[in-house]
Amino acid sequence: METRSKIVEIIRKVSHKDVTPAPDDSLFDSGLLDSFVLTDMVTEIEKAFSIKVPDSDLNPRKWDTIERIESYLEGRL
Amino acid sequence: MAFIQEFGCYLPEHIATNEEIATLAGCTPEWIVNVSGIIERRFARPDETVTDMAVLAAEDCLARAGLAPSDLGLILVSSGSSERRFPGPAAQVARRMGLDSTPAIDVPMASAGSLFAMSLADRLARDFGNILVVAAEKMSTIALSHPVERGISILFGDGAGACLISRDRGIASIEGSALYSDGSFAEDLTLPLEGCLSMNGRSVIMQVTRKLPRVLREVVEANGHSPIEVEVFLLHQANSNVITRVAQSLEVPEDRFYSNIARYGNTSSASMLIAAAEWSRQHGFTPGLRAAFGGFGAGFHWGALLAVGVR
Repeated sequence: METRSKIVEIIRKVSHKDVTPAPDDSLFDSGLLDSFVLTDMVTEIEKAFSIKVPDSDLNPRKWDTIERIESYLEGRL
Repeated sequence: MAFIQEFGCYLPEHIATNEEIATLAGCTPEWIVNVSGIIERRFARPDETVTDMAVLAAEDCLARAGLAPSDLGLILVSSGSSERRFPGPAAQVARRMGLDSTPAIDVPMASAGSLFAMSLADRLARDFGNILVVAAEKMSTIALSHPVERGISILFGDGAGACLISRDRGIASIEGSALYSDGSFAEDLTLPLEGCLSMNGRSVIMQVTRKLPRVLREVVEANGHSPIEVEVFLLHQANSNVITRVAQSLEVPEDRFYSNIARYGNTSSASMLIAAAEWSRQHGFTPGLRAAFGGFGAGFHWGALLAVGVR
């Protein structure tokens, strides 16, 4: 499964909403993520992509859109 | 290794309900409960200072321990909300207790300050004997300063807690502790000399939900135990949702996390010791009972401490 599809699947799982956000939609402004759901999303991304996100990368701006998440993962995979 | 002898606390009389705060913050009482778990908090009188509250918590602690102020070798006072740059409240607290030469040190650290002071007291008790740790906060003035910010004004309350740590005897032995600081996120939770409290809530939540369970696990495992073997967790009472996440992360039932945030809100560095004092009166240490303390706050500073009941 491609990276974007996996990210969307994770967003649906943690937000409990069957949606497909546009790649540049703010996941915060759209109401899909709050502070705690954001934490859940990062944990699910770690599991799905077999990575460990260091604390220094736990910056909300890096996880605000699907594009930014993809960009982060490209640097890690 | 030093010992916890006793806890103490003081809460102001005035109860500020969610209905009262909601009017000021422009939200509903229900919203406050949903995002924070807070139902009410205590507010100090306008003329009541951090020092006033610290002295009352200190006196409560010493009375319960059956000690006099003259038995103290050192006083550590934690506060992130003291009324002036210097001197901090520590020397005044000592003076108000009748002491004019006992060293008294300020720990000007919000939220995690009491945890840091307890850990330092554990290490200093060999040289100073009885050490009184006090944490006092008057957060209401800060939370309700104009312009009132909804996400901040709802959270905070006032109060003070205290803990007496001694070299030779007590109700629980301190088995170990760990302290950490990382200034990378210093701008995400600040209170400037002039101006309002500023908080990047998303960043705070992301960091605390990782760092706090990690350091709790570290301290517990370093002493040969697993988190599930800890009978009670006494944490900084920041937000009930944070406590829930820490419990989930450690895979420990949430009912082992003592919580009074619904009644007192977030009293910053005082909250952990107020929780400990209440827990101690309701339950208390029994031989072998393990209690883990944890704090996280502006800086970011965070840490944990493990104590085991001896009687």
